[in-house]
Amino acid sequence: MDRSATCGVYTDRMAEAAGSTRSSRDERQARFVVTFDRLDATRTAAAVERPECGAVTTFVGLVRDHNLGRRVRYLDYECYEPLAVKAFERIAAEALAQWPGAHLAIAHRMGPLQIGEASVVISAGSAHRADAFAACRYAIERLKQIAPIWKREHFEGGESWIEGATADPDDAAARQVAVARATA
Amino acid sequence: MRIRIRLFARLREIADSGDLERELGEVATAEQAWQVLAADFPALAEYRTVVSCAVNEEYARFDTKLHDGDEVAFLPPVSGGRDPGPGIRRPGEFGMRDQ
Repeated sequence: MDRSATCGVYTDRMAEAAGSTRSSRDERQARFVVTFDRLDATRTAAAVERPECGAVTTFVGLVRDHNLGRRVRYLDYECYEPLAVKAFERIAAEALAQWPGAHLAIAHRMGPLQIGEASVVISAGSAHRADAFAACRYAIERLKQIAPIWKREHFEGGESWIEGATADPDDAAARQVAVARATA
Repeated sequence: MRIRIRLFARLREIADSGDLERELGEVATAEQAWQVLAADFPALAEYRTVVSCAVNEEYARFDTKLHDGDEVAFLPPVSGGRDPGPGIRRPGEFGMRDQ
């Protein structure tokens, strides 16, 4: 992955300010991002703001200092970049189908991350708060199921890969788990 | 046909490379690409049941037919949370070992 890859910060407002007609490709680049750069939750939130939105929710996943009873020193993330971005797009399409009018922006950081740093930021914009909360929760649950992203945990005394689910976007049961958690 | 194979995380470490090329027969699937790789790196074999695959940057089934120049990626379980939910396969269930 190109370490010079930048967080595609190109919000609706910026596009309007620039007087440009934003293509759908530009919009995807702004909303679905993997980057080695520091994440900015306000930018992710801005990417889903629309005139019809009455609510924007943002989830920020942080690197915490403990896991499985171990003292975590730092995490190192890697991904299959093109497929990760497509997985984000897929998750957004699924959320939009489930909660019409709910739009997502997803940014995930790569590389070594220190304790307290944001590894993932997800924003959901919708007309009403219930759908914005649900779509945001759905996205993080689904991301952990199907996004081709891996983390190596460096803890006091060793290091190991943290592995969860076998990624299968067509697994309807897994998707239902994400929907259930989003609407619990 | 000649294909490109991408490996990530634990699989990349086993093969000591995340980007390889292999020669396959005229008719081959992603499964056969995996088998060729597992023959070269026997430590990969036990991960077959928990690995996902992608062909040309899209998730695919292992019975997907390959073409010359295709890029096949093998993906170990992703870094989901500790509780992926009922019905979701966990590496531990397949005897994967932590390092």
